[in-house]
Amino acid sequence: MNIHEYQAKALLKRYGMNVPPGVVVHSPGEARDAAKTLPGSVFVVKAQIHAGGRGAGHFLGESSGGGVRLVKTPEEAKAAAYDMLDRTLVTRQTGPAGRVVRRLYVEAGCAIDRELYLSLLIDRVARRITVVASDAGGMSIEDVAEKTPERIYKVPVDPALGLSDYQSRDIAVKIGLTGQLIREFVQVMRAAYTAFTTLDAALVEINPLVVTKEGTLLALDAKMGFDDNGLFRHKEIEELRDPNEEDPREREAARFGLSYVGLEGTIGCMVNGAGLAMATMDIIHSEGESPANFLDVGGGASRERVGAAFRILLGDPSVEGVLVNIFGGIMRCDIIAEAVISACREVGLKTPLVVRLAGTKVEEGLKMIEESGLDAIVAEDLGDAARKIVAAVRSRRAA
Amino acid sequence: MSILVDKETKVLVQGFTGAHGTFHSEQAIAYGTKVVGGVTPGRGGDTHLGLPVFDTMEQARAATHADATVIYVPPPGAADAIIEAIAAETPLIICITEGIPVQDMLRVRVALDRSKSLLVGPNCPGVITPDACKIGIMPGQIHRRGGVGIVSRSGTLTYEAVAQTSDLGLGQSTCVGIGGDPIKGMDFIDVLERFVADPETDSMIIIGEIGGVSEIEAAQFLRDSRTKKPVVGLVAGITAPPGRRMGHAGAVISGGEETAEAKIEAMRVAGIHIAPSPAEMGRTLLSLLKG
Repeated sequence: MNIHEYQAKALLKRYGMNVPPGVVVHSPGEARDAAKTLPGSVFVVKAQIHAGGRGAGHFLGESSGGGVRLVKTPEEAKAAAYDMLDRTLVTRQTGPAGRVVRRLYVEAGCAIDRELYLSLLIDRVARRITVVASDAGGMSIEDVAEKTPERIYKVPVDPALGLSDYQSRDIAVKIGLTGQLIREFVQVMRAAYTAFTTLDAALVEINPLVVTKEGTLLALDAKMGFDDNGLFRHKEIEELRDPNEEDPREREAARFGLSYVGLEGTIGCMVNGAGLAMATMDIIHSEGESPANFLDVGGGASRERVGAAFRILLGDPSVEGVLVNIFGGIMRCDIIAEAVISACREVGLKTPLVVRLAGTKVEEGLKMIEESGLDAIVAEDLGDAARKIVAAVRSRRAA
Repeated sequence: MSILVDKETKVLVQGFTGAHGTFHSEQAIAYGTKVVGGVTPGRGGDTHLGLPVFDTMEQARAATHADATVIYVPPPGAADAIIEAIAAETPLIICITEGIPVQDMLRVRVALDRSKSLLVGPNCPGVITPDACKIGIMPGQIHRRGGVGIVSRSGTLTYEAVAQTSDLGLGQSTCVGIGGDPIKGMDFIDVLERFVADPETDSMIIIGEIGGVSEIEAAQFLRDSRTKKPVVGLVAGITAPPGRRMGHAGAVISGGEETAEAKIEAMRVAGIHIAPSPAEMGRTLLSLLKG
């Protein structure tokens, strides 16, 4: 789960990170009022969406003016907010569809001397929380890794010892900090590491971390992501969720504990198990069509959950056919069959449906489908199922 | 012989009296697994499914000398249950639980790396040696004793490989689900080195997916092992978009080496035969064994 920049900054500040003063706003008037309360004579108005590259992005239908604007007066802040709110911002991370800007963050500006990069993440190969730092801040770290990998430093943290201050000092020296800034960097690292471990974060990224002309360190941008498996013990993080940033189909699926990812294709899939769900997508693709989604109903899914999954598939206008592929282990095929039959009756089946069942209670499940009078095509195995749904969708298209 | 478990393996169940623990223990006992008892804190001294219940793993191990434990404890307490099993010096620990926070698993790894215990999972179907010992949630009836060693990051895709090899009369020596989490116990190599050395395993199927680089390491290991046993590989997620997590906590492409294509290529280079589709794992292996 991801959160907005202003939310990440508020969390990090709580753990001792130095961030610029700022106010989140939802209207041009609020933007002007916010600027009046902030110190200094330069302000930054920043679009709040869950995607990077906002400054270099553009609003749909416009060639100039990105998602980060520098202004000098409260009235200019108001005008900038008017330009950005409720409009669609396209960046290299949003894809061509972009994201609608619904919130802005108005911040006090600062005079920048140098830009650095800092992040904490979990390195699955090292099995460690790992600090990544660079003296090349303010640009995408992927670009730095490609062009100047020698400017990136990675330091793994032993989970039994935690982060030691000497590690922070080592990193500080490597990214070119001297004197008092080394001590300040230790504070920055303590704040970032404590936030990361206390809140079950998956990512803390500060890019850029700036050295100001006054000679202090300041987190000018901040991004945080969280381990979904850790959210059960952080209700306050769950409350930061912004439904506008999520695919409505995925949001609906999450409500029922389903794992769903929307894709671009036309064949809706309902599968149990993540690996089999991916394999089902792959086999549809190799038969020449594309999956409309990834959907894992899970191992012990209930009737309600399966019904909800089916309604999401049938409610998706891009779906031209549905493939149900269940290999029952814990999941019983008779429960799947019953849920599929009742969901089809409730929603009304208007597209071809191929059902492949295997494993626990398969005979009972197939018999129920057969006796229901449902217009379903039964498949023998995975390969058969993929061929049948592709054939059915194509013959429907040709008709 | 087989790997990890056989019909003499004595098994404890952590989270024994819960709904999952009860259901899957019944299934395991019916399959013939030697379940010797279980642990549910606060229920020590009770009898469940005709077997003793203990408050702690230390008591349970002392009383039963179990070789293995299977964990059905829900996510908030699952990492602690693994660490408890490690502290009790349990040789084999199999954790079925899905949804353990990744930072909890970092702590588990510290305890595990200092111990002699083996951990399978979490977020996995478990381990089965057909007709001998079933530990986990896999449907027992699709298995058949034979020579194929199967190792996989996915549960239901493992069942797919099992059903295909059973239908073709090949059967399995041992199937190990290593789980879909990014930080886990045994990885592909840990299982493959046992399959390579196991006289009962005459061939292998390795089922990977997007995310991480352990399939690439596994491919290099198999190439260096110079094993004569034929190996079939499958990597799920060719059509998965980068940056999106596909169900499993560990199934996300975050770098060039983590794509299905890169893994398939590494396997090919190592002499692993790639199944042309997930429906062709068994037939691909059969044609190798006949050839």
